[in-house]
Formats: sequence, structure tokens, C-alpha cells
Amino acid sequence: MTAIMNQPIRVENLYKTYGDVNAVKKVSFSVNEGEIFGLIGPDGAGKTTIIRILVSLLRADSGRISFKGRDVAGNTAFVRANIGYMPQRFSLYPDLTVDENLNFFGDLFRIPKAIQIQRKERLFEFSKLAPFKKRRTGQLSGGMKQKLALSCMLMHEPQVIILDEPTFGVDPISREEFWCILKSLAQNGTTVFVTTAYMDEARLCDRVGLIFEGDVLAIDTPDKLLKSFTGSLYRVGSASPHTAYEKLQNNPMFVSVDLFGDGIHITGDQALTVNKIKNEMERLALSYSAVSKIHPEMEDLFLSLMKK
Amino acid sequence: MIAVEVKELTRRFGNFTAVKKVSFSVRKGEIFGFLGANGAGKTTTIRMLCGLLVPSSGQARVAGLDVYTEYEQIKKNIGYMSQRFSLYEDLTVRENIRFYGGVYGLSRAQIKERTEELLSFLKLHEQAHKLTASLPLGWKQRLALSTAMLHNPQIIFLDEPTSGVDPVSRKNFWLLIYQLASEGRTIFVTTHFMDEAEYCNRVSIMQDGVIAELDSPQELKKKYHASNMQSVFMNVVKRAQNEPDSF
Repeated sequence: MTAIMNQPIRVENLYKTYGDVNAVKKVSFSVNEGEIFGLIGPDGAGKTTIIRILVSLLRADSGRISFKGRDVAGNTAFVRANIGYMPQRFSLYPDLTVDENLNFFGDLFRIPKAIQIQRKERLFEFSKLAPFKKRRTGQLSGGMKQKLALSCMLMHEPQVIILDEPTFGVDPISREEFWCILKSLAQNGTTVFVTTAYMDEARLCDRVGLIFEGDVLAIDTPDKLLKSFTGSLYRVGSASPHTAYEKLQNNPMFVSVDLFGDGIHITGDQALTVNKIKNEMERLALSYSAVSKIHPEMEDLFLSLMKK
Repeated sequence: MIAVEVKELTRRFGNFTAVKKVSFSVRKGEIFGFLGANGAGKTTTIRMLCGLLVPSSGQARVAGLDVYTEYEQIKKNIGYMSQRFSLYEDLTVRENIRFYGGVYGLSRAQIKERTEELLSFLKLHEQAHKLTASLPLGWKQRLALSTAMLHNPQIIFLDEPTSGVDPVSRKNFWLLIYQLASEGRTIFVTTHFMDEAEYCNRVSIMQDGVIAELDSPQELKKKYHASNMQSVFMNVVKRAQNEPDSF
């Protein structure tokens, strides 16, 4: 019983439609205390719908979400008092300064002034926004805005935080910084539920759910997910990857062919070898720089699950 | 032939210099990647090149036209698509195309002809009568590209065109970009996906208002002994951040 009471988030057979669009189709998963759980998938996969139901902004058609053992649908006040929610679209006041936004959220959650000051100091330590205290929020860069939004949400020290695509449109360096902050929050016991469309962020989570068109394709730790990849994967380096892709995409020798940066990834059955690929490239007069067997990345797995 | 030529281009906002004496040129038919951290000056540069913002100093010519004096002409010669597709959700695909045709001042006959061409090119024929709101994001993205290309521009600016799009649609979008480039169109693209930087012929990396690096992905990877553009980017931006600030 206590285990259920402590389980931060449990989603059971969740179903939601908008008109004739099935946004979420019988989705089930749970988020454990102190972990970083990532729901990973492109726009339109159903991530935001699930989050909006979780924070009680939207009702499910059927199924349920429990927060610490209580159905979110009947416990709005309890849910909102105990979670931190960072919505997808930036929702801070652009005309207020960094400092004023933090004060505003502190007051909103009725945090005594003296404690607000302490917390702001701590939040500035990790956000490194102290030099910009007096800057208007509208004048911050994208990465800074996201760190401020996170800080505002942390003013009431929620045990469970829910972030909807916090790194959307954020550059790779700021994304890395943002994830370091999430890691340190989780190490201090905060439960983190985060969504993203960036496949490479999967490896930063303790567990991930891959979601596409309202269906959860797979849930596990990143390592175990990658081990579940079936078939053998090869990388072919090429100066003209799109040409190689176009010539090879329907080749019956391969299970699938995908464009990947400065080369292509080829999935084949166990009989496929580096030499067979080289011979095929040469037969088709396609140039290549190297062919090697590789371990799959999350995007390889996602693509293979999407096509099933 | 040069599609975009920029010399010592500078833009100040009050006492903040967003773009500092930037120089580069983009060849016709080239896929030019324009990378940089948030706030590095990418958007300011693009707005100046599209004739939406007057530079503080320096020169820039787009399709041979001067950004100071011929900005109206520039708009007729470029296509622009941003990550926030400016499509009307409650119009159908065909209606959105017709609407933008009107915006670009095309005649009825031209709109009709271009609509058919674009629907075929983007494989949107079956969706033509559907409400834009009901389209998956990957298709909205292709529709946004088609509205940016109605007036048959020779230079296309794409500002984070693939953010949030699923991996398959993202790859298909890049195949379209290659096709446009092979027709001789110039593609000027910003992205935060470093695997997409690999697809570009040349890549520039902006940092604090200046261009910190500009070369082909192959040469940049050699220079930084990096296996991919992600680590090149991290190296360039972190190195720049560790250098003492100039003001």
C-alpha cells in the first residue's frame, strides 16, 4: 500500500480523442520515486495530452492517472500543490525582470519572504542567472528563459516535477546544461517526468517511454531498449549520403535504409556482412568512405519501431 | 555565382551589438548551414538578409540585391519558412496555397499552375482538400515549405524547419532540400540538430555575434579531430565561451 502511495505517477489504459483524432491510445506506464522518466517522441505523439491530463487541465476519455495513489481527476488541489509543472510554451511575464518573476512565483505559492530569498540564492547557483537578475525576461536568450522557467517552478520545492519539452528549440550547449540541472535535482530525490522530441536525450534518463501517434512503442532503461534492437546495423560513410540513400532504399538485400548525418544506416538480417554491402555499393557504382558494423542509437530503434 | 554576399555586416540594439562585422558568401545551389547557440545572432542576421531589419553598418547583397535599398525586391526573390509555420489552421491545404499566392501577388492562372506543381512535388495531392489543422506535423511542414516557394524563389531561408518533427519526416524533408538544391536553388538553413549540419555543403557557427567557424563539415571534423558535428559544435562554442569577453 505504501508503495502505491509513494508512486509519484501511474498511468493506466489512458485514452483520449479530439473529434476523430485518437491522441492517446490506451497508454500505460509509471514513474518511480527519484527517477528521471523521459517520454520521447515527435510532436503530435500525444505527450502534451498525457501531461495535461496528469496536471488536471484536461479529462481523459477513459483510463486514469494516479498521483501518489490518488486519482488526479478528483484531487486537483492535491496534485497542483505537490507538483511543479513547466508547460511547453514559455509562460513567464516578459515585462518582469528575472528577480521579479521568481518573487511572483514565490508569492503565488505563499512562500515566506525569508525563505524565498534563501531559495533564490540556491536556484541562482545552478541556473547561473544571478548576473541577469535585473534583466527583463523578454530579453533573455532561449536557453536562459528555460532555466528561469525551471527555477520559478522550483520555488515551492515540489517533490515531483513535470516538464513538457523544456529543451525545444534550445541549442546543444544550453540543452546539456539544462540536463545537468535535472540530473542534480534527481540525485537530491526529486522525481522528474520530462518529454522531449530529441532522441539523443533518451540516454540521460533513467527510464524512457518511446511514443508515436498515441501509442507507447516501448518502455525500459535506455540500455535495455537499445539491446532490444533486432537485426544487424551498419553505417556507410558517404560524401553524398542522399544519393546512396535514394539508390539503396528499396534494395531487397536490406531490411531498411536510413539517412544519418554524413552517411546512411543499413539494417539487415544476420547474413548481412560488411563485404556484402561493399560489393553492392560497388556494383551500383556508389562511392563510400567506410562501411562498419555499429551499435544502434535511440533514433535507429525509434525508426525501426515506427515502421513496424 | 554568388547568391548571398555579406561584408562586415553589423547590427546594434542600443549599446548591445548582436551581429559584429560578419562576412561570408553563399554560392548558388549551395546548402548553407547557419548554426549557433541561442542568442548568438543568427536570427538578427537572417532578418537583415531577408530585408526585414536594416543593418547598422556593413554590406549585404541577396540575389544580387542590396539589403539597404532593394529590400522589397529581395522579398520577391527569396522564400522564408520558420519553425512556427504561419499557416491558417482552418483553411484547407489548397486554400492556404491560394491565400499565399495572393499575398505574393500571383495572378489566378499562376496560382492555379503553381498549386498543381507544388502539390505534386510535395506529394500533397491527397491532402489538398483537408483542413490544415488535421494534418500531421510532417505534412504541415511540407505545406509551409510549399507556401514559401509559391513565387519560385531562387534562395530559400529555412529557420529551424524540422524542430519537433518525427525522424522519418525529418529525413524526407532533407531529401526535398537536396532536390531543391540540385535544381540550382540556394538553401540557407538553421538547425539545432547536429546530424542535419552534416547534410550541409558548408556550415558556419556563430558565437556572440561573430562567425567562429565556417567550412565544410568534413574539414571542420578534421580540424577538431571530431567524429561528428555535435562535438565540433561543442568545441567551438565552449572554446569561445572560455575566452575573455571583449566588453
